[in-house]
Amino acid sequence: MTDVAIVGLGLHPFGRSPSLSGLEQGAIAARAAIADAGTEFKAMEFAFGGSQDGGNADSLVNLLGLTGLQFTNIWNGCATGGSSLNAAYSAIKSGQYDMGLVVGFDKHARGAFNPQPKDWGLDDWYGETGLMLTTQYFAMKIQRYMHDYDISRETLVRVAEKAFRNGSITPTAWRQTALSTEEIEQAPMVSEPLNKYMFCSPAEGGCALVLCRADIAQKFTKNPVLLRSAVVRSRHYGSFEVFSPSQAPAVAPSPTVTASHAAFEFAGIGPKDVDVAQLQDTEVGAEIMHLAENGFCEHGEQERWINEGATEINGILPVNTDGGCLANGEPVGASGLRQVYEICHQLRGTAGKRQVPNAPKVGYTHVYGAPGISGVNILTT
Amino acid sequence: MQTQQPLHPGLFSWPGSSPQLLGSRCKDCGEHAFPSQHSCRACGSERTEVVELGNAGTLWTWTIQSFMPKAPYLTDETPENFRPYGVGYVELACGIKVESRLHENSANALRIGLPMKLEIVPVRLDNDGNQLVTFQFRSAEAL
Repeated sequence: MTDVAIVGLGLHPFGRSPSLSGLEQGAIAARAAIADAGTEFKAMEFAFGGSQDGGNADSLVNLLGLTGLQFTNIWNGCATGGSSLNAAYSAIKSGQYDMGLVVGFDKHARGAFNPQPKDWGLDDWYGETGLMLTTQYFAMKIQRYMHDYDISRETLVRVAEKAFRNGSITPTAWRQTALSTEEIEQAPMVSEPLNKYMFCSPAEGGCALVLCRADIAQKFTKNPVLLRSAVVRSRHYGSFEVFSPSQAPAVAPSPTVTASHAAFEFAGIGPKDVDVAQLQDTEVGAEIMHLAENGFCEHGEQERWINEGATEINGILPVNTDGGCLANGEPVGASGLRQVYEICHQLRGTAGKRQVPNAPKVGYTHVYGAPGISGVNILTT
Repeated sequence: MQTQQPLHPGLFSWPGSSPQLLGSRCKDCGEHAFPSQHSCRACGSERTEVVELGNAGTLWTWTIQSFMPKAPYLTDETPENFRPYGVGYVELACGIKVESRLHENSANALRIGLPMKLEIVPVRLDNDGNQLVTFQFRSAEAL
């Protein structure tokens, strides 16, 4: 079976773009990815796309051209990009298609998301009494984790500091201003123990990738990136998930753990081989917990890792080199693809000021979303 | 005549001298769920029964909601008189952890392992002027 290569990268900067619809931001990203691959939209045999609040992804054909391609809409919460990539991977791997597009975009209102209980199989009382907030879940998960593994508040601050420092050298990031320890420590509390600078915000933006059979990739780029695995997993009974009125007595591994195991196994690569990673950091605690859930360190080791600079751009495992969700914000449909976009630039050696030294060869991306779904991709040169 | 009514049926036994949370128990695998559901989330069986889950437990984790949520949040509060509230998971004797609003709303009043007790509290008035009530937990130490 053929390998799958990523040969085109496109992004519309994340943040706020009052003059553009979400769909238009998706179209800009798609055109950029197709141009990066030196080809045309009519060469795309398929597309998978998703958006939460920006409209139906397949409406993009009105902007890109009515070529008759297979265009499938994907919606899987924060794992939308991961699921689109998984679908594209399968479409090429199976031999059905040679080349296609993955695209995600969004345009969210300001402030926290306001999900509706009925969309998640819950009754209205859950939302009406003020339990339907993802911020509460993230706060409660890290609160318990800090208790179980003796993680300090200083470590939460360090993760935020790194995110904004990396954002400050990322020209497409939304938050490009580095923040001091004091500024982060003194920010208003949102949901104990997490304050304003420890959460990412809903945002806008678009991201697209062109994929093709690896054996034809050189026609489109000098430096294709191989997509070695693209895995999505849902939750098991006993994992602690968002939007859960109750949790099981048993404690089961999160879907991140199972997605990560499967992705490493498919790729025939282990955590120690990874040179650069993107881990879902919708808040600082998530980045800390996801380091262990993805197998990069043991639970409880994170504080030492972070103190030693392991996750910095020049560390042993650079994490969220573009500032992650914290500095880029989260346009849900595009966010998972933005992670892959950044890893591809790192593996191509085109990441500019934030380039990881010594020519990284293996990259890793991870998303986590409601109501307990994770997507992991492993990429190599 | 205006009365007190549960915000949602089947969440707790009420009225009565000692309200209990209600949930379901799977007749095949024995696992509990809150709220009660017709099929079991652990094994998929459709043989479940409604049972009382008790009215006490210990705090497993917690946070504080410091800003007034957007819709679907629905109370009689306004942004001006909104009062931050605690949220936590309370581990019950049957082992499941139930998510709940907490009476306490400051970091120094809450800690993991704190003994907690169920109470029934008002949420808002409905269109007919009835007072809707729901469950929450509060520290059993402070009582």
